[in-house]
Amino acid sequence: MSAARLHVVTGKGGTGKTTVAAALALALAADGRTVLLVETEGRQGIAQLFDTPPLPYEERRVAVTRGHGEVRALAIDVEEALLEYLDMFYNLRRAGRALRKMGAIDFATAIAPGLRDVLLTGKIKEAVTRREKGRPVYDAVVVDAPPTGRITRFLGVTAEMAQLARSGPIRTQSDGVMAVLRSPQTAVHVVTLLEDMPVQETADAIAELSAASLPIGSVIVNMATEPALPETDLRRAAEGGLTGADLAAALGTVHLPGTDGLAAALAAQVVEHAQRWAAQDELRDDVEALGRPVVELPLMPGPMDVGCLFELAGRLEEHLRAEVAA
Amino acid sequence: MAVEPAAATEPAGTHRPAPGARPQPGREAPPMDLAALITDPGSRIIVCCGAGGVGKTTTSAALGLAAAEAGRRVVVLTIDPARRLAQSLGLEELDNEPRRIDVPGAAGELHAMMLDMKRTFDDIVVAHSTPERAQQILDNPFYQSLSSSFAGTQEYMAMEKLGQLRAADTWDLIVVDTPPSRSALDFLDAPNRMSRFLDGTMIRLLTAPSRAGLKFVSAGFLVFSRIISKVLGGQLLRDISAFVSALDTMFGGFRERANATYELLHRPGTSFVVVATPEPDALREASFFVDRLSTEGLPLAGLVLNRTHPPATTVLSATRAEGAAEEVVEAGGEGAELAAAALRVHAERMTLAAREQHLADRFTSAHPDVAVRTVHAAAGDVHDLEGLREMAGELTGPDDTPTGIPRTRVLPVRRR
Repeated sequence: MSAARLHVVTGKGGTGKTTVAAALALALAADGRTVLLVETEGRQGIAQLFDTPPLPYEERRVAVTRGHGEVRALAIDVEEALLEYLDMFYNLRRAGRALRKMGAIDFATAIAPGLRDVLLTGKIKEAVTRREKGRPVYDAVVVDAPPTGRITRFLGVTAEMAQLARSGPIRTQSDGVMAVLRSPQTAVHVVTLLEDMPVQETADAIAELSAASLPIGSVIVNMATEPALPETDLRRAAEGGLTGADLAAALGTVHLPGTDGLAAALAAQVVEHAQRWAAQDELRDDVEALGRPVVELPLMPGPMDVGCLFELAGRLEEHLRAEVAA
Repeated sequence: MAVEPAAATEPAGTHRPAPGARPQPGREAPPMDLAALITDPGSRIIVCCGAGGVGKTTTSAALGLAAAEAGRRVVVLTIDPARRLAQSLGLEELDNEPRRIDVPGAAGELHAMMLDMKRTFDDIVVAHSTPERAQQILDNPFYQSLSSSFAGTQEYMAMEKLGQLRAADTWDLIVVDTPPSRSALDFLDAPNRMSRFLDGTMIRLLTAPSRAGLKFVSAGFLVFSRIISKVLGGQLLRDISAFVSALDTMFGGFRERANATYELLHRPGTSFVVVATPEPDALREASFFVDRLSTEGLPLAGLVLNRTHPPATTVLSATRAEGAAEEVVEAGGEGAELAAAALRVHAERMTLAAREQHLADRFTSAHPDVAVRTVHAAAGDVHDLEGLREMAGELTGPDDTPTGIPRTRVLPVRRR
């Protein structure tokens, strides 16, 4: 995980990949390092998490970590990236602005669906390889990437563009991007929940990414919960062998309203809790079977804020250290 | 499945929460009568919309199943079902045609199909041009990319397929599951965007600027086409050009078709069901979508609030359960630890339910007229006919439940 400098975070929608990407950026920025956190989907989720105004197309500091480390964030705007690109390679910035007025830029990104991804990944590659005074500007770059369903296509720009643009600078550019993405400096992490569909999609994504020779990092299990019962009771409850009668005596020692019905209702909830727990445990085995390093992040009570992010970052730091030691 | 005749015949809006759970004025969401909706012979199309991952596919399949069991001939158009659900429905083969699903004991028929967007697009091309021309289009690399990866193709083709299914008039009811896009609004926007794109002046200018014969062409346009060819390479422009000239006969047709299907959504007999989970993002999406439907004058049946966690009892508040857990441990004796754990599970459950109810209330304050039906999160995920049947029961069963929490809510209205 930490040999990598480019960390791409994907996951099924709803698994919390933006949160995990932000926490990972904080973890990597500890001890005085500088990390860039990149948003690719134009949702401004990073700004929301760090409680800052919407991010412009500009690298802005969003958090400071211990030992003078910092996380900067960038929300990539595809149009701006195209203009920057035209400027860099053709000195066409002014013409580009005029074209934007005509809606031509929108059109250009629409006729070639891959163009969008090429621009995004191109910008990411630029940030990873950018150097100043003989050393990289960023110690690490973390990408809040598109969801598992689209990640391989997003990262597999060459294959996509080879079909469309058989020559030209975009083709050259995408070849350069692929070289970085397929190198050991990249790790694609998949965020999942202990639920059927996210675990299934994680397995599918890992298979697709390996087939495309993209380096896979860790599987991050998000929002993991602890069981409320001791092991033996948990197992009995999961099998449905727990009823109100098991609780009634102890509940009778305190004054509670409607104890009869209450005991049965509480038992039913415990059974549901235990069954969900058993189902999660099975999925945990499925996740282990994927053969990737696994880290679990706990479910955070209440709304997500910067404090929670640092707490999650702490867990990820431990995981990073363990990975280095291994 | 328990489709209670009483629930089926009562018009929406007549269910009231049990006495003792009096609504706070203006805050209570009206109940949604899905049983009436699916059994009404006038109801012909149900579109399930919502953000990704909220359970649209499962909701569509469960509604389809309930309608088939109530005696209707139903087809469910799914876009991207979870593999296990697809397998259990016998849909592992993607052949772009409805297949009958064996539902033992159902009075009606359940058919289901999975959309193959490229194939649907190919079919339109073949149907609207001569064989040679069609082949030219199908072989064109630009067409291949457009038909398999243009953002919006899936939505456009879902509309197209819906139009075809409706025109065939073989089914009493079509249930549509919308594509898993980032925004629920994409389903309404994408077809238009796509037809605008295909019909657009830009594409004509780009491919045949001389024919367009406009003055400004000479000025800005040459720069534009120079950039496009620089950035994408000349080959792509030649492909687009060939594609457009081959497609010339069909142009205009695209917009007409998209418009015709869009009109279908406005006809009586169509209803939208918005699906959301009790989470801020999903409900915000649902909110946008509800506003959009009302702006467009499209008929909304209501909101399905999926995967809620109503507690089995509400006589004990979270705070009281926490306190009782401590007392039980102090009192000691056999089973004290277990009982305390059960009380803690309950406290957690009450807190979760309160959060879900709070989110639902916020939605209802903004959209007081939108009917709501909550669906309890099953312990596992739905991946077989039995699970679907259970969910169908939750969707179409009576509004009252044994726990006294009406199915418009996660927690009962607080008594004053």
